[in-house]
Amino acid sequence: MSDVMVAPRAKVEEKLFQNRYLVDAGRPHIKVKAHTKPSASLLAMTTLCPAGCYTQTESGQVEVAADGCLECGTCRIVTRKTGEIEWNYPRGGFGVLYKFG
Amino acid sequence: MGEFNKPFDAIVVGAGPSGNAAAYTMAKEGLNVLQIERGEYAGSKNVQGAILYADALEKIIPEFRDEAPLERHVIEQRMWTMDDRSHTGMHYRSDDFNEEKPNRYTILRAQFDKWFSSKVKEAGALVLYETTVTELVRDLSGKVIGVRTDRQGSPIMANVVVLAEGVNGLVGQRSGLRDELAPDTVALAVKEMHFLPRETIEARFNLSGNEGVVIEAMGTITKGMTGTGFLYTNEESISVGIGCIVSDFAETDVTPNELLEAFKNHPSIKPLLADSECKEYAAHLIPEGGYKAIPQLTGAGWIVVGDAGQFVNAVHREGSNLAMTTGRVAAETVVSLTRKREEMTAANLAAYQKRLAQSFVMKDLKKYKGIPELLHKNKGNFFGTYPKLLSQAMQTWFRVDGIDKVSKEKAIFRNFRETRTLWGMMGDAFRVVRAWR
Repeated sequence: MSDVMVAPRAKVEEKLFQNRYLVDAGRPHIKVKAHTKPSASLLAMTTLCPAGCYTQTESGQVEVAADGCLECGTCRIVTRKTGEIEWNYPRGGFGVLYKFG
Repeated sequence: MGEFNKPFDAIVVGAGPSGNAAAYTMAKEGLNVLQIERGEYAGSKNVQGAILYADALEKIIPEFRDEAPLERHVIEQRMWTMDDRSHTGMHYRSDDFNEEKPNRYTILRAQFDKWFSSKVKEAGALVLYETTVTELVRDLSGKVIGVRTDRQGSPIMANVVVLAEGVNGLVGQRSGLRDELAPDTVALAVKEMHFLPRETIEARFNLSGNEGVVIEAMGTITKGMTGTGFLYTNEESISVGIGCIVSDFAETDVTPNELLEAFKNHPSIKPLLADSECKEYAAHLIPEGGYKAIPQLTGAGWIVVGDAGQFVNAVHREGSNLAMTTGRVAAETVVSLTRKREEMTAANLAAYQKRLAQSFVMKDLKKYKGIPELLHKNKGNFFGTYPKLLSQAMQTWFRVDGIDKVSKEKAIFRNFRETRTLWGMMGDAFRVVRAWR
């Protein structure tokens, strides 16, 4: 019964609007290193990231926009062996602020 | 923020259940404790279902029920095996759970952790929020003697550092105190908070007053991946979520959000959430590797507690109680060494592990040491084939259609045997029994 999968990507963004964030403008805590072709692990993040932060560009590279990041760390674990991303927690006080958790 | 000249008796990294249990226990015993939390407030980075198991907290703050923000006490547990259109349920509800000191409560972690943190401060610990610990400081022998943060220029020194930094604890992993997390031993869970008037929740779940229900679900809801779903009743909200092993997620195109949407729209779940307003979407990792994934827990000047030490009993969905217990036991170990004026050496701190071995924490994790691997290796059967077969059997049995019961029994057994060979089923049953023992 797959009648529920309507525009899931848009829906994630809508969901993120419910959350509170304090964005550390200009200091993203996750960076994708420059590459020509992403590994399978990095590419997997375009569906695996629960906040939909990863997208693939038309020329095939994977980008991250970490403003809506939920700080779960999945991308860090999945791409650890390929070393394609640089991952740190946001500076103290910044990032997602769960109201309920 | 000024500099700290005198070393603290202990620094605690993180203000979740394990860190708060540790900081509270040490501060209450008179130790000079500094706790460092990266969130704006304790709980602002923390996510859980969430069920609070009273016993673990009672051993730390006996009178917690008088003041902690608790949602509902759990009087009913529903265990559901689901296929796409059905669920087969095992429910246990008892008025015995309406007791003076209830055993389990639903909680909202952001509020609960904030309260626990206030108790830590009352007990005398110094708590720094909005501060991320960036690395450990060691002396020439390699002993941990303090931490660096993203706020203080110079390092902050302590006799011991308690690492309560959570499942994705960067400090310990980057310092080489433990291995990096493997994608097949952690689950990614996503969760939403759905608000409804309390009367609606009580009517929908057959509850009165502060009674609560929890639903734990497995089956085709995880689309062949190793994982579970849950739905917990809070005072005026419902926590609903689903989680699967990260390496399973990585092999599919199903997004965590789609999986949660499908679970929420399952015919057995949808009416429970009808007309609710979603106010938060959260994600978090859960350590699921069990006993075999527990890293080294102590060394010269450091000790690991909570999720950072993989202290989660995945079979029973217990974690926060293991976190609080390991935090408390680590703290008691440090208190006892401090009182005896003994050094925080690797050998002395190993007493923590001996104490844990005597507790339910290690006994339970050891009991189920084979389960995570068993489920993961046979995920197609446990999270797909068997739930479907069970549902079909139930439906054949309950549908009254003029077919005699003997024929129905035969049809059920034939369906099982054709789908999964007799040997295969017996093998799975045997493996479950062996792993459970």
